[in-house]
Amino acid sequence: MEISFDDVKYIYQPNSPFEHRAIDNLSFTIPSGSFVAVIGHTGSGKSTMIQHLNGLLIPTHGEVRVGDFSLKADRKKTNLKALREQVGVVFQYPEHQLFEETIQKDIAFGPSNFGVSEEEIQRRIHSSLQAVGLSSDMLERSPFDLSGGQMRRVAIAGVLAMEPNVLVLDEPTAGLDPKGQREIMDMFHDLHEDKGLTTVLVTHSMEDALAYADYCIVMDHGEMYMQGKPLEVFRQKEALNAVGLEVPEIIELLAKLEAELDISIPYEKQSLQELATLINSKLKGGAST
Amino acid sequence: MNSSMVIGQYVPGKSIVHELDPRTKISIIFFFVIIVFFANSFMSYLLLTLFAVGSVFITRIPLSFIVKGLKPVWFIIIFTFFLHVFMTKEGNILFTIFSYPIYSGALIQGISISLRFFLLILVTSMLTLTTTPISITDAIESLLDPLKKLRFPVHELALMMSISLRFIPTLMQETEKISKAQASRGVDFRSGPIKERMKAIVPLLVPLFVSAFKRAEELAMAMEARGYQGGEGRTKLRELVLTKKDYYVIAFFILVITGVFLTRQ
Repeated sequence: MEISFDDVKYIYQPNSPFEHRAIDNLSFTIPSGSFVAVIGHTGSGKSTMIQHLNGLLIPTHGEVRVGDFSLKADRKKTNLKALREQVGVVFQYPEHQLFEETIQKDIAFGPSNFGVSEEEIQRRIHSSLQAVGLSSDMLERSPFDLSGGQMRRVAIAGVLAMEPNVLVLDEPTAGLDPKGQREIMDMFHDLHEDKGLTTVLVTHSMEDALAYADYCIVMDHGEMYMQGKPLEVFRQKEALNAVGLEVPEIIELLAKLEAELDISIPYEKQSLQELATLINSKLKGGAST
Repeated sequence: MNSSMVIGQYVPGKSIVHELDPRTKISIIFFFVIIVFFANSFMSYLLLTLFAVGSVFITRIPLSFIVKGLKPVWFIIIFTFFLHVFMTKEGNILFTIFSYPIYSGALIQGISISLRFFLLILVTSMLTLTTTPISITDAIESLLDPLKKLRFPVHELALMMSISLRFIPTLMQETEKISKAQASRGVDFRSGPIKERMKAIVPLLVPLFVSAFKRAEELAMAMEARGYQGGEGRTKLRELVLTKKDYYVIAFFILVITGVFLTRQ
């Protein structure tokens, strides 16, 4: 589903001493089926932005369009429930939303709210559990008996079981160990590819943005700061540093090699091993001539 | 967060009222609440109203803010007024509404009772408007100090109070976060039949309780790790000290009380 923001502004608690403008002048378009990374410093308005995607927040000014749905300040009658069925949101620390007695019931919660049939729910429980890498014999256990990482996976499965067309991820790997982080991100990327989802990933990890996204949105103080392909964005080191963001280490290394040793290697998501071989051969080649 | 909730909300400022010792404020309010019920003449009410409105004025908190915050109580005040106006049968008949007689005594009764209400709420909400929850609990602990002789756990009580006050905003944030997460999974908290909405509370309450218990456990652990021990021999970071200002204000308040008693009928 295509997502577009048209001059969106959002103000928390308007007309009170605690008024706070969270986003302003925000316009962009995300084509259907793309994987977008939203990056920005804490308080840059990323979380506010994504809450517009399934109508948790309605813009104070401007319009948000998700597929055929439109969210506008003066129009109250958008079918939010239908929109929320299409847009699955994995919040930060999603394990905090678990509440049922068994894992099975918790995963079934979302789809049954949307009136999915019983057999279909059963099918979805198994497929989403498999997607997050948990085995089906855990279904009858209580989600509160699991480890933190496993709880996270169950919560994610609960969102996946809604089978949304748009997947919104708000720092889904925060607080996991490196292996768990990679597994979860790879899982989201596979899902994105397999099901043709439109994925919006809010992240602090520039490495993840570089590795998975095909488009980047950089926000600062509630406004659009930069947007473009990850490589184009990460080329502008000074501009990113100015808003407290870093460039991925790999890009930094390649830039340094080019500046100091005059070795230029275009980054095409090579693995570390491949890069090492490339650099090695370039270095040797340079020495022999 | 609900911005119309003024009762219990602290508004920072630098007025005399803000800087008074919280014990002074609590004691004055305590006696004020009693004195309000002694007033029975025009002059005594006038004195108390001047005192209350005057101190609100001194705090420099915008009046509109306070009035807006009293919104939930206006209904009770107006309701009491009409209840008295229609139910009291004293004095002369002033006029009739739809052939229902309204007595002069009823009007006076209605006005004085709702004025009492208004003054009580105004003055007590001033305490929380100008005093941080922490200083209120410090003051309560210090005021209840004599009860320690009776082995009443004053310090523990104050600690419980300040911990619960401290976690109200945290819990409210948590509630908002979880309700958003569940709304994203298709729960509708706002519409539908009552029965459905009651059911929708479960996915909100369970995670809230789980995290509250977890938080309590972590807090207890952290306190123990830092060697926390109850009241005995514990020193304070902020000592409460009565200053000249406090004595002046107390003296002034005593004058007001005397005035009220002199003008009573």
